[in-house]
Amino acid sequence: MTTPYAEQFATSSEVGGSLSEGPSWLPALRKKAMERFNTLGFPTTRDEDWHFTSVTPIAEKVFKAIKPAATTLTLSDIEEHLVDAEWHRLVFVNGKIEPALSQFAGLPADVQLSPLSDLLKEEPEWVEKHLGSLASFDKAAFTAMNTAFMQEGVVLHVPKGEVVDVPIHILHVTDSNAAGAAIHPRLLVVADTLSHVMLVESFIGLGNVSYLVNGVAEVVVGNGARVDHYKVQKESIEAFHVGTTQVTQGRDSIYHSFSYAAGAALSRTNIYTKLADTGSEARLNGMYVLDGTQHGDHQTFVEHLAESCASRELYCGVLDGSSHGVFNGKVYVDPIAQKTDGKQTNKALLLSPQARVDTKPQLEIFADDVKCTHGATIGRLDDMALFYLKSRGIGADNARSLLTYAFAAEALETIEIDALRLSLERNVFERFTHTQLL
Amino acid sequence: MLKITNLHASAGEKEILKGISLEIKPGEVHAIMGPNGSGKSTLAQIIAGHPGYEVTSGSIEYAGQDLLELDAEERAQQGVFLAFQYPVEIPGVTNAYFLRAAYNEIRKAHGEEEADPIEFLDIMEEKLKLVEMDASMMQRSVNAGFSGGEKKRNEILQMAVLAPKLAVLDETDSGLDIDALRIVAEGVNKLKRPDNATIVVTHYQRLLNYIVPDFVHVLAGGRIIKSGGKELAHELEAKGYDWLLEPAGV
Repeated sequence: MTTPYAEQFATSSEVGGSLSEGPSWLPALRKKAMERFNTLGFPTTRDEDWHFTSVTPIAEKVFKAIKPAATTLTLSDIEEHLVDAEWHRLVFVNGKIEPALSQFAGLPADVQLSPLSDLLKEEPEWVEKHLGSLASFDKAAFTAMNTAFMQEGVVLHVPKGEVVDVPIHILHVTDSNAAGAAIHPRLLVVADTLSHVMLVESFIGLGNVSYLVNGVAEVVVGNGARVDHYKVQKESIEAFHVGTTQVTQGRDSIYHSFSYAAGAALSRTNIYTKLADTGSEARLNGMYVLDGTQHGDHQTFVEHLAESCASRELYCGVLDGSSHGVFNGKVYVDPIAQKTDGKQTNKALLLSPQARVDTKPQLEIFADDVKCTHGATIGRLDDMALFYLKSRGIGADNARSLLTYAFAAEALETIEIDALRLSLERNVFERFTHTQLL
Repeated sequence: MLKITNLHASAGEKEILKGISLEIKPGEVHAIMGPNGSGKSTLAQIIAGHPGYEVTSGSIEYAGQDLLELDAEERAQQGVFLAFQYPVEIPGVTNAYFLRAAYNEIRKAHGEEEADPIEFLDIMEEKLKLVEMDASMMQRSVNAGFSGGEKKRNEILQMAVLAPKLAVLDETDSGLDIDALRIVAEGVNKLKRPDNATIVVTHYQRLLNYIVPDFVHVLAGGRIIKSGGKELAHELEAKGYDWLLEPAGV
């Protein structure tokens, strides 16, 4: 059967088409991925990993590659999403890199931050070694789709011992020109031994249009290295967002992730990490804030594959309207992974009777000397707390907002970049109180 | 100031208050005593506007208006204050933010300007001394992880900041050691003015050694079965409640 995407792929991968470019292994990789996508098709709710999330709204549409066009957006259009204008940043608009909006000249000279297309020309062997090494598309249709169609991407290579103390911000901005488009951003991060880097990925929808962003990120955290990886998803309320991050961690490394999901009609965020060597630690936190008919799904998967590794997860969700939140936290503890210390917590606050959350912790433990706990709570605003605030003169609406904000604060407090934490706190606070946080 | 007339109230199917009448004038301190389950805390919470109770008949008049017509926040804005028996923990909201928000809501209701954070800091400094609380408590989440004594002191701190006309102290002495009890009671006494009134709800006479009442009422079975002066509290301390319950048919 020929699918619309197979047709698109066939057209573009012919000689002279954009998908035929690059070193010879790349079109071959794309072809393999496309074949896999054709076999897999879009996931259905019969797939265990997609039980609570139907991607029918994505599968029913045909999103098309977008013709690269110069943007008319200026810095002032995206200013509020920069978080901190001093950060190093790479800005993409509708999938195309915009050098005029980007700034990363201040990075240490040996830190490599490049558009994927540049590095494919300069160091194709190095890219070949890493690209696709973590993000297997064997069972993942969206990853297969990304691999087949990925256009622009970012490569970040932090050499041994380098500590980058200013965050690197990658902004994926879409505007109304993205209507009907499929954008497949790709990110490759390699943090060598004892390096440290802070990365913020933002997905910002400026136009009220429907499009698909289907991102894949691969992150290699070397021995003793630390990567702080923040993701801010504020896509258009009409849009679809699927993002998969796959991480492998070396000895005594730290991978600290925070995923904030507030946009998109339907979103799915996968964060998978392999604790591949002893003493490594994963901190996977996040917050989802949904309203109306939004659907927001997070899946985490921590594989404990070595001794004495730790994982910590805290996800909090606030759901209003008839929104639907999903959290599925998978933990696998290999027989070899003794002294594993794992903790997973998911909390959801339902602000309306129509809002719904499905939460599914999934622990597979094959070692005997381990400490693994998980907890999930789903609640509504506490009537006694509301009464307490009201009895001090605080009006009902303000009291509700204050308690909602207080609930969100627990997850937001795990954000270690102050400017980002303040920015998201403000975002949540203003969303629920319609007043400004002082 | 406060006039309660033949008040009946229930929680769900259960009638808890069965005809309470009580009048309180400015400057007065009234103690409401009684055995557990007599309805003392229910009365305190109904005055503050707790939504969990239904007033089935009777009235409460406060400063010339029908108190039962007002929402809890409106009552607070007009000077009614309840010191909770079990102060609620609110993780994620600092004491400072909470108190300033409450203070400003009440000022707004009176058409006064809101205090900015700096002004508010000055106000706080003075009030913190009153209850012997450290300024660092202001940066902690409201009541979260506070000891029993700290929570009760925090209630009196709120009372000091909000300067109510009618303060209802619900079992403020429960769970306090003698030092905390003294601090809390002294705080309440210092806040006493000729134009405000206090209702002290308590099970034990102990607190009334520090906050001396003008009137003592014994509540049992949802009714006031005896009223008297402060000596009634001493009599209860010596004889317990039983001698009153039987003649009253409770």
